[in-house]
Amino acid sequence: MALFFRKGGSYKGHMKKIFGWGARSGAMMNENKGPWGGGSGGDDGGPRSPWSQPPRKRRPGSVGGNVTSLDDFLKKSRDRFGGSFPTGNGRPYWLYGLGIFLLLWLIFTSFHRIGPQQAGVITRLGSFSGTLGPGIGFTLPAPIDRVQKVDVQEIRTIDIGSTDASSENLILTGDQNIIDLAYSVRWNIADPELYLFQIKDPEQTIREVAESAMRAVVAGVSLDDAIGAGRGEIEQRVQQVMQRLLNDYRSGIRVQGVAIKQSDPPAAVNDAFKEVSAAQQEAQSYINQARAYALQLTAKAQGEAAAFDKVYAQYKQAPEVTRRRMYYETMERVLSKVDKTIVETPGVTPYLALPEIQKRAEGAAR
Amino acid sequence: MIGQVVRNPIAMAFAAIFVLIVAGTTFAVVPETQQAVIVRFGEPNRIINRYREGAPFGETGAGLIVRIPFMEEVHWIDKRILSVDMDRQQVLSTDQLRLQVDAFARYRIVDPLRMYISARTEERVSDQLRPILGSALRNELGRRPFAALLSPERGQMMDNIQNALNRVAKQYGAEIVDVRIKRADLPEGTPLQSAYQRMQTARQQEARSIRAQGSKQAQIIRADADAEAANTYAEAFGKDPDFYDFYRAMQSYEATFVNNGSGEEQGRSSIILSPDNDYLREFRGRR
Repeated sequence: MALFFRKGGSYKGHMKKIFGWGARSGAMMNENKGPWGGGSGGDDGGPRSPWSQPPRKRRPGSVGGNVTSLDDFLKKSRDRFGGSFPTGNGRPYWLYGLGIFLLLWLIFTSFHRIGPQQAGVITRLGSFSGTLGPGIGFTLPAPIDRVQKVDVQEIRTIDIGSTDASSENLILTGDQNIIDLAYSVRWNIADPELYLFQIKDPEQTIREVAESAMRAVVAGVSLDDAIGAGRGEIEQRVQQVMQRLLNDYRSGIRVQGVAIKQSDPPAAVNDAFKEVSAAQQEAQSYINQARAYALQLTAKAQGEAAAFDKVYAQYKQAPEVTRRRMYYETMERVLSKVDKTIVETPGVTPYLALPEIQKRAEGAAR
Repeated sequence: MIGQVVRNPIAMAFAAIFVLIVAGTTFAVVPETQQAVIVRFGEPNRIINRYREGAPFGETGAGLIVRIPFMEEVHWIDKRILSVDMDRQQVLSTDQLRLQVDAFARYRIVDPLRMYISARTEERVSDQLRPILGSALRNELGRRPFAALLSPERGQMMDNIQNALNRVAKQYGAEIVDVRIKRADLPEGTPLQSAYQRMQTARQQEARSIRAQGSKQAQIIRADADAEAANTYAEAFGKDPDFYDFYRAMQSYEATFVNNGSGEEQGRSSIILSPDNDYLREFRGRR
C-alpha cells in the first residue's frame, strides 16, 4: 500500500512539472530548428507548417539548419532554461515543484491510516521492526520504512467441495465406505508478521491442511457417524488438527471454525440409503398398526367384560326371573322378525320350499 | 548547491543518475522472506538472513546489505515454508487394493549455500523432491493393508515417509516440515463401483432387517393384546360359566337371526318350531 501511495505522489509531481512546462516546451517545438536539428530534408526545400514561427535568430553554427552537435544543444538548452525560465525570488519554479513533491512524498509515506480491523506491519529496510495498531501511525518515509496493511479481524472463508449434485468430494470413512462431503473453513490472521513472512502461499496452505485434516478425521469415524450424529465432533476435531498443524508451521493463522455443509452418501448409492429410511418408516407403520389393533381389542374386551359384569350383578339378585326374562325378551326379538312355522301334529313331514325361499331372498335383494 | 543545480542542471542530472546506479549496485535490501547468497565472481561468498529456527522477526539478518558493485551478485532464496505438490499416484496395498493418493510436503531451505550449489532455484528443489515423495509414498503404503491407511497407524506411516524424504532433502539444503496425504480415493471404475455396490448391499441388508424388526414387534404387540383380551374375558366370565353360556347364547341368537341394524343384507330366516319347544311351553296352556 505504501508503495502505491508513493507512486501516486510521484506521478502527481511529474504531471505538475509537465503541465508547468507545457507552454514552454510547446514554444520550443514550434521552432522548426529545434535542438534535434532541422531533419535530413532541411528547412529550405520542405513545406513550412503554417503555425511555425520564423527563427528568432540564427546562430553561426546552425547554418543550413543542421544543428547536431551536443555541445550546441547544451548551450542552447542552458540558454533556454537559465535565461528564459521564469523565476520567483531568483529560484526557478521547478525547484518549488520538487520541494512540494518531496513534501507530499513524506506525508504520504510517513503517515498511515490503519483501519480498526487492520494491523500495519512495518519493515525497515526489509527487516521487521514493529506493528502498527488501528489509528494513525507514523513511520519513516518510504524507501526506509514500508507498511503492509493486513486485515486481521476479517474472517475469511475457504470452501472445499460443493453442495452441487454435479461435483462430488469423495472421502473414505473408517469402515471403508465413501461419503460426499462439502465443508467450509473460517479463519483469520492472528499474527500478521508470521502470516506475511512464514508461509509462501497461506491460502493454498490452509486449503491443503484442511483437506488433509478432514480426511484424517473422517478416516477415523464410521459412515453412520459421518452422515449423522458425529458431524459436530468431526468439525471440532478437524479444527483442532488444523490449528495444530498451522501452529507447527508458525503460520499466524487462527482457524475460527469448520462447518460441514453437506455430508451425504455418494449419488450412486443414494437410492439404497433412501431405501433404509423408507424401511424405517415402514417398520414404524407396522408397529403403529399393531398398536391400533391392540388398543381396539383391549377396549372391546373391557367393554364386553364390563357389560357382562353389570348383567351378572342383576342376575345374581334374582337368578331365575332374570334368566327367564332375558330368554323371553331375546326370543321376542328373534321370532318377531323371522318367518315362523309351527308344526303341531307329529308325523307331518314339513315341506321346506327351498326355491320359494331363494325367490324371496332375490326379491329382497332387488 | 542549489545555485549549482540551477546553473548546471543537466550535468547534475547525470551525476544523480550515476549515484543512483552505484547505490543500486552497492546496496540491497534483504526482506524477511528471503535469504540472500552473495556470489563473488560465481563463487558463493556469504549468506545473509539465513534461516535460524525460532529467530524472532526483526532480529534476523534481514535489512540493508552492502556488496561490491559488479563483482558480487545477490542470489535470492525463499526463506518461507514452501510446498511440493505431488501428482496423483496409484498405490497398491498389500491386500491388492488400488488407491489414488494425492500428497503434499512442506519444506524450508535451511542451508541456502548447499541449495545454491545443488539446485540454484526453489523450483528445481521441488522438481527433485516430487518424484522422491511419490516413490516414498508408494513404498510405504505398498507395505501395508488398505485398512491401515484409514487408521491411527497413518501417523507412523507419514513419519516414515517424512524421514525418507528428509534424507534426500538434506542434499538440497532443505528440511521437510511436514508430509501429509491430501486425498486417498478409490480409483474410478471397477474399484469405486464395487465399493458402491458393497455400500448398496449393506444398506439393503439394513433396510430388510429394519423391516423384519418392525413386523416382529408388530406381531408381539398384537399377541400381547390378544392375550390381554382373553385374560379380561376369562376374569369376567369365569365368575359363572353357566350364566355366561346362557348370556352368550342369547346374544348369539340375536346376532344370528335378527338384522341388527348394521345395514348388511342378511339371509332371511324361517324357523319351524315344534310345539314341544320350550318357548311354546305356555302355548299349550297349563295342564
